[in-house]
Amino acid sequence: MTPVREACEVLGRRRVGAYHALTLVAPRIAEAASPGQFVELLAGEDRSFPLRRPFSIHRVERAGAALGTVEVVFDVVGPGTRTLAGLRLHDLVDALGPLGRPFTPPAEPARCLLVGGGYGTAALFFLADELRARRCRVDFVVGAATAERLFDAMEARRLGHTLTVTTDDGSAGQRGLVTDPLPALLGRLRVGHVFACGPMPMLAAVSRVAGQHGVPCQVAVEELMACGTGICFSCVVPVGDPARPGEPARMARSCLEGPVFDGAAIAWGELGHAAASGPAP
Amino acid sequence: MTVDLTVDLCGVRLRTPVLAASGCFGFGREMAGWLDLDELGAVVTKSVSLEPRRGRPTPRMAETPSGMLNAIGLQNPGVEAFCATDLPFLADAGATVVASLVGRSAEDFGRLAARLAGEPAVQLLELNLSCPNVEHRGEVFATDPGTAAEVVRRVKAAARQPVLAKLTADVTDLVAVARAVVDAGADGLTLINTLLGMAVDVHHGRPKLAAVTGGLSGPAIRPVAVRCVWQVATALPGVPIVGTGGVATAEDAAELLLVGATAVAVGTASFVNPRAVVEVAAGLERYLAAHGVRSVAELPALFKAER
Repeated sequence: MTPVREACEVLGRRRVGAYHALTLVAPRIAEAASPGQFVELLAGEDRSFPLRRPFSIHRVERAGAALGTVEVVFDVVGPGTRTLAGLRLHDLVDALGPLGRPFTPPAEPARCLLVGGGYGTAALFFLADELRARRCRVDFVVGAATAERLFDAMEARRLGHTLTVTTDDGSAGQRGLVTDPLPALLGRLRVGHVFACGPMPMLAAVSRVAGQHGVPCQVAVEELMACGTGICFSCVVPVGDPARPGEPARMARSCLEGPVFDGAAIAWGELGHAAASGPAP
Repeated sequence: MTVDLTVDLCGVRLRTPVLAASGCFGFGREMAGWLDLDELGAVVTKSVSLEPRRGRPTPRMAETPSGMLNAIGLQNPGVEAFCATDLPFLADAGATVVASLVGRSAEDFGRLAARLAGEPAVQLLELNLSCPNVEHRGEVFATDPGTAAEVVRRVKAAARQPVLAKLTADVTDLVAVARAVVDAGADGLTLINTLLGMAVDVHHGRPKLAAVTGGLSGPAIRPVAVRCVWQVATALPGVPIVGTGGVATAEDAAELLLVGATAVAVGTASFVNPRAVVEVAAGLERYLAAHGVRSVAELPALFKAER
């Protein structure tokens, strides 16, 4: 499962609420990808040496009648994502992937609660496809600041047995945070596994609630990253060894050991500055 | 026309004059899926200290025009773990290894050199005297000729391998520092480290890096590296120099070699292109052939300082 570099043609581009989605022809990456993994993209003829940008894989189509594709979802937050949003059909994107450690599906069919914040929800659809194929029950909780910033609630409704929506301003679903309905849902749905993707403070809160209910929780983190291949040491998260509770946390590279971590292993209290940091601009 | 890419760096024969720069290639194993480590001029490891270091909190990086700032804080597993796991991997892969060393005192550097003296898999030592991401400016030994020379003396007393001193351009008189470390016994120099920089998130009114300041790398600093290599090579002819700073293409490498570098190291470019080190070497071979130059060592003689 060594990652590869592919020159990918843009096959499709669409808007999903406040977000952009790009479908890339990437047969080798699509073939090898698992839910939770990411790609590092570079686009444009910019001579000023831009760095790549990491994106979770939203969906893949394995090679069949047509070439395999990978779809990513992003928000325009700076020059890198602005370039990607400006691409046209047939433009080329330089991609590395699939990178990182994916979600680990339950060994047996189980009840899975997928919790997504903002465009973090996008990474959970690929996972939902795989969990359903493994005969797991999938329920969704998705949240965002506003209705516009929810990612494709219609599709979450289609993929999930149930869908619970929260928004900070109450413009869709119940007003509040994704963690608000969690305690009730964990009990009522007899959830066996929680999977979450979204901003770091949300992942910290979801991990805490899941832990209080004794439910294992896997989180896909988002940290600023220069390379995605393990050599820059920018994207670290503090990870503790449950067997050595007194030891200080180790700085684990989220591109190699993550982006999916056991939520109980992350020393959330040590994130500090990082928890407040946004996506790569 | 056949071109000879091999170079002699302080008595060590390198397959190509293109090295993977310290801090931009992990410990080599991370890159083994992307290229053959024995194809490189050498792997300069991430800096190793006596004890493990956790490094700085995040955010540790920020993109800047034609480059980036980093404040990793020298995260590394410590010299014992390096010798137990990373070094055997590099040796098995057939890599030429330059071990980058970092310490908080001249004594630390001396102990590291002594520890690695018995490791035949290490062909050269590089002293990181100039990492800007340290708690105290006093640890940037290369800002002072006297303290830099003291580190080199301690290392040379213990080392079995040739020693490169990696210096910073963040000084008033680089040549004075270079001369001091060469007089103290350094076999060669690596020029330059990242430049101390800072970037501000103006929307939140705070630094972009958790450590506030960080090291600037990438093509943005290449002209500074070229200037430094040229100044030092002119002032201290015959001292081997590894030129580094923003090299992303063969032409960038040629620039440093023309002004007097013996070899070059590719750093930040590996973040964007994992095969950058081998692609720069391949491009250099084409560049030499196109200009009718048979070996890398002939390049400095082709440089004319007057236009």
